[in-house]
Amino acid sequence: MKTQTVMIDRTTVPIEGERNLLELCRKAGVELPTFCYHSEISIYGACRMCMVEVEGRGIVPACSTKAEDGMVLHTNTKQIRNLRKVIIELMLASHDQNCTTCPKSGDCRLQSIAKQLDITTVRFKQVSSAKPTDLSSDAIVRNPSKCILCGDCVRVCEEIQSVGALGFAYRGVQAQVGTCFNKGIGEIECVGCGQCVKVCPVGALTPKHQISGVWEAIYDKSKTVVVQIAPSVRVALGEYFGKEPGSLTVGRIVTALRRMGFDRVYDTNFGADFTVVEEGKEFLERRRTGENLPQFTSCCPAWVKFAEQYYPDFLTNLSSCRSPQAIFGSLCKAFLPKELGITRENLVVVSVMPCTAKKFEANRAEFKTNGNPDVDFVITNNELALMMKENGIDFDRLELGSFDMPFGFSTGGAAIFGASGGVSEAVLRFAGETLAKGSAQEFKQLRGGEGITTTEITVGSETLRLAVVSGLANARELIDRIRKGEAHYDLVEVMACCGGCVNGGGQPITGDRTAVSKRAKGLYENDKMLQFHISSENPYLQQMYAESLPHKKAHELMHTVYENRKRITQEDIILEESSGEKALSLEICFGTSCFLRGSQKLYKDLMTYIRENKLEDMVEFKANFCGKQCKKGPVLNINGKVLERCTFDGAKAEILTSLHK
Amino acid sequence: MSGKFGKKFEQVCDVLDRHEHHPDNLIAILQEIQEVYSYLPEDIMTYVATALGVSPGSVFGVATFYSHFTLAPKGKYVVRVCDGTACHVKRSEDIIKALEEELKLGGGKNTSDDLMFTLETVACLGACGLAPVVVINEEVHGSMNPEKAKALIEKIRSGETGHG
Repeated sequence: MKTQTVMIDRTTVPIEGERNLLELCRKAGVELPTFCYHSEISIYGACRMCMVEVEGRGIVPACSTKAEDGMVLHTNTKQIRNLRKVIIELMLASHDQNCTTCPKSGDCRLQSIAKQLDITTVRFKQVSSAKPTDLSSDAIVRNPSKCILCGDCVRVCEEIQSVGALGFAYRGVQAQVGTCFNKGIGEIECVGCGQCVKVCPVGALTPKHQISGVWEAIYDKSKTVVVQIAPSVRVALGEYFGKEPGSLTVGRIVTALRRMGFDRVYDTNFGADFTVVEEGKEFLERRRTGENLPQFTSCCPAWVKFAEQYYPDFLTNLSSCRSPQAIFGSLCKAFLPKELGITRENLVVVSVMPCTAKKFEANRAEFKTNGNPDVDFVITNNELALMMKENGIDFDRLELGSFDMPFGFSTGGAAIFGASGGVSEAVLRFAGETLAKGSAQEFKQLRGGEGITTTEITVGSETLRLAVVSGLANARELIDRIRKGEAHYDLVEVMACCGGCVNGGGQPITGDRTAVSKRAKGLYENDKMLQFHISSENPYLQQMYAESLPHKKAHELMHTVYENRKRITQEDIILEESSGEKALSLEICFGTSCFLRGSQKLYKDLMTYIRENKLEDMVEFKANFCGKQCKKGPVLNINGKVLERCTFDGAKAEILTSLHK
Repeated sequence: MSGKFGKKFEQVCDVLDRHEHHPDNLIAILQEIQEVYSYLPEDIMTYVATALGVSPGSVFGVATFYSHFTLAPKGKYVVRVCDGTACHVKRSEDIIKALEEELKLGGGKNTSDDLMFTLETVACLGACGLAPVVVINEEVHGSMNPEKAKALIEKIRSGETGHG
């Protein structure tokens, strides 16, 4: 059969299953400008930048036009060029153009495309009005004055993460991307993963910077400032200095951090080795007793918040083990002050993360002692790169350095945490070694999967069923199957970002579409170079367990608890206004979990009962959106008494008892 | 009062049941809920999102897209002044100004503090022969002028206090 082809700018290009003309142009080496096209999310066709002329058809958007045999394309005609320029000028006319103070400056696609199209003046009157910046979240800053309405964040949040925290609202000139009821993004169901930050072409969504706080701590002579860097940082930070994604630059990063004034340069991977051992022990214990399986990993803070909001009934299945960042922080604050002869308050722990949600995690109440956090500041890769540039560091000329001991020593089991499948592999290496000594190996079948990877692995005499999932929409699909009893696993690894932390919301913005897999490859190579591959073999970890971490202390420092979370912080519904004291006060939960367990029917039955028995004047009825006892829903509160798994008959009996008091 | 106990929320439950909790019916569901409450309260929209298995943001998006939906409580009396072409040339603007003054509204505020009156302008009511037209709830008043419009408000007020 004859190959189907398209002529693009006088070059013949074969059609090989490309999704659309834009992908075909990319293959032909023509990078069409676009704001709203991302191969991993649905095609929206909003920005009109990728228009091309198809002979006989006129001008069409390349992203939403299929390639057909014999098409003749022109990508940069006079008309197209003029149209593109007008679009950019219109965007600029309603865009806050204070580029010098914008955190996205330099990485901004509006800036780069405007430059590319030689926009030197804007012929339209500036119509933008400054809208307030949303600082309510620990992870993400939302600046609506910068938004160009491409909808990338809306689609990534809905399609990839199944959260839907951001959406289009209002219409026409009033149209905007925003949150439900215009609440702060920190007050709603946003999990802080930062995938919206990653796709936002402009500065409308950016990580919440903590750069100034870190400098202030470094300048403060009374403080001892220690820093930890996450696995994925070492294979991505170099991208800010012209290195290929995946280049391992850990030696240079360590030297740079020392020069900048950090007193100790440590490694999050040391914390990760503890996570593996604690989580591995917990897993083996759960396998032995058969309780709370499958065990879900808990090192991804965006996933943890997601579970707290949508799957409160599975919270006991989450590993109670803290994340590497959190363990590192708590161990530092528990042991270093004594060693250094300083107070806890004078020890400042900074972490460098590929992630925006880690900022949220560090601020969780469970990870604070008397208000003092285990991790004081969390900066993303991007913030560290800015600080290094601010400090005038010439990356290429840096000498290589090595981490301080002992919190800087780690195994390959920790290095691979940053890639999807890595945490399970590290836990399996540990569990395998514990079950059958010498059996530990690499588990390549867990690596590099997209979406959901499931497999069965035999270690010693045990067969373990595993699932590795990244992307929260994929996680939702998998957990719904588990909830329905259609799927059974022993261990489930969940990472909010597709591909794991190497694709985190705090990672460099790059035009390299293979960056994520290159960074993951960098981590697996890092694993190969290290002396130990099983976390429990870390000699400093062994020493700490033996000398300073008896079982109870280890549990106290390295485990945590989860809370059922309302999706939106708001008032309860008053179902009926009441005045004065009522003999009977009812409060029913209408949270997701209770709703699914039939709270609406219970409510209606109770209302009928109240009316039939003429109790209306004695009753006050309220509803809330989460009484936080989700596993035991539906929950009804009668005069302060909580009825779990409440049935209509149970409620009726309690009402009668209350009335006879 | 007691005869109505909890009625509104039960109606919400009925609306959702009737539409089988299907997200495709969101617009119809919101329309019917607005009939119950006269506007769309936030907590009820959150409940609708929970019941339909969608994000509250998408319910908010639909509710703000259509001008039919209103997110703030409206007054007991909704006063619509027509500002279509015919009414406009017959000086409907003066009526709007007079009513704003009378009801202490304007500058984005269109419902009186006592939740008695909401003032709206509409593009055309299709009653151009009666221009300028004011509609209060379902009642149409033609050939209006500022004085007559104010008198209508006054009449409603005295009726209300008489019952109060």
